[in-house]
Amino acid sequence: MSCNENPNKVQDIHAYLAEFDDIPGTRVFIAKRARQGYHMNQFAMSLMKDENRQRFKADERAYLDEWPMTEEQKQSILDRDYNRALDLGGNVYFLSKLFSTDGISFAQAVSTMTDMNFEQYTAMMVAGGRSPEGARSIKENEANAALTKVAVEDEKFAGQVKEDR
Amino acid sequence: MARITAGVASSHVPLLGVASDFNKSGDDYFRPIFAGYDWTREWEKAEKPDVVILVYNDHASAFDMKIIPTFAIGCGESYKSADEGWGPRNVPDVEGHPDLAWHIAQSLILDEFDMTIINEMDVDHGLTVPLTMMFDKPEKWPCKVVPLAVNVVTYPPPSGNRCWALGEAIRKAVESFPEDLNVQIWGTGGMSHQLQGPRAGLINHDWDNMFLDGLIGDTDKLRYIPHVEYLRETGSEGIEMVMWLIMRGALGKNTRALHRHYHVPCSNTAIGHIVLRPDNGEGFDMTGSDTVAIAAE
Repeated sequence: MSCNENPNKVQDIHAYLAEFDDIPGTRVFIAKRARQGYHMNQFAMSLMKDENRQRFKADERAYLDEWPMTEEQKQSILDRDYNRALDLGGNVYFLSKLFSTDGISFAQAVSTMTDMNFEQYTAMMVAGGRSPEGARSIKENEANAALTKVAVEDEKFAGQVKEDR
Repeated sequence: MARITAGVASSHVPLLGVASDFNKSGDDYFRPIFAGYDWTREWEKAEKPDVVILVYNDHASAFDMKIIPTFAIGCGESYKSADEGWGPRNVPDVEGHPDLAWHIAQSLILDEFDMTIINEMDVDHGLTVPLTMMFDKPEKWPCKVVPLAVNVVTYPPPSGNRCWALGEAIRKAVESFPEDLNVQIWGTGGMSHQLQGPRAGLINHDWDNMFLDGLIGDTDKLRYIPHVEYLRETGSEGIEMVMWLIMRGALGKNTRALHRHYHVPCSNTAIGHIVLRPDNGEGFDMTGSDTVAIAAE
């Protein structure tokens, strides 16, 4: 069945990649990020070995300085600022080696990237998780916001007209 | 000849391994998750597969950023549980089936799927958690395993269509293996989850169930879902579901569902699980358990 035609086969790699930037609150791990974050992710990977975990814990700064990472990347790790680390090319499966080095659960680390604390995040998950409504597309959200604005202004205008009469 | 007699899909959340290893699967939080696998555990005891082709993804355990194979097949004798930063899980070593694995690898390459061959690696929760969910805590896993690792971490992962076609080629390869073997294929990962960024925690109950529905019967519409739809609808890590399509593609045109389970949440993730029987006139009923399954519906 290799003759199967895929109507959704990607024809334009640029359009394929551009769409990923339209997803709210998400950094898709594309080649650009994989290159940018290479050493940061390999640093995180090194924490799979217990002796490295011990050395890192003893002096985080010195351990990071052994890696050809940018200063910003090192700072994001020292700060445990995971959104920043993702922006600088980090990948969550690699960064998770740092979660376990710190002895915190995956969910706890993940919650620090949201606008909730761990308790609120856990409560959201138990209640069924974050709804995809309004979280699918930045452009769609902007269009909806613009429509709402127009609707509000229309209503205001209609009210004005009514008053004027 | 060898035959693929069933397909199984399951999420592979690491926390489930922790729950099992530390005897917490009866807790209020975990019981509703594990309860959905009770049926399958009994069914597997009756089915007695000789080999499971286990489709999973490595989570920066055996593969780091140095080498990123799109499709890789394990042809080794055995695999140890990986240390993912907490020490390795205390589960039995996973025994491979090098004869079947090499046969599949060769067949796939001749069928124009350019596989990476792995002889030595450790296997992480992506592979060991599904074994735990289906077999509980035996002294030794009751079957051999052919690991099939898929890159779903660095973009682009393979398309759903390519995954489905790989499944079709795996079926062909298994059926040309001369030894009489009862082979299952498992697709793991998913369902909706996002582990990163401000949108973390996304769950899409409706989409997940649409996907489960689409695995049953003779439809093949799931193979054409573009990556961006997984990302938008099911979160950045929901893309793992393309691995379920390898399983589905290996079951032929038509399938019948024997068992199905869905639960939210487990940690950050929606748990989905389904057991499928190929239904193309093969007449598979390894133990009569199908009748029981159908009666239970």
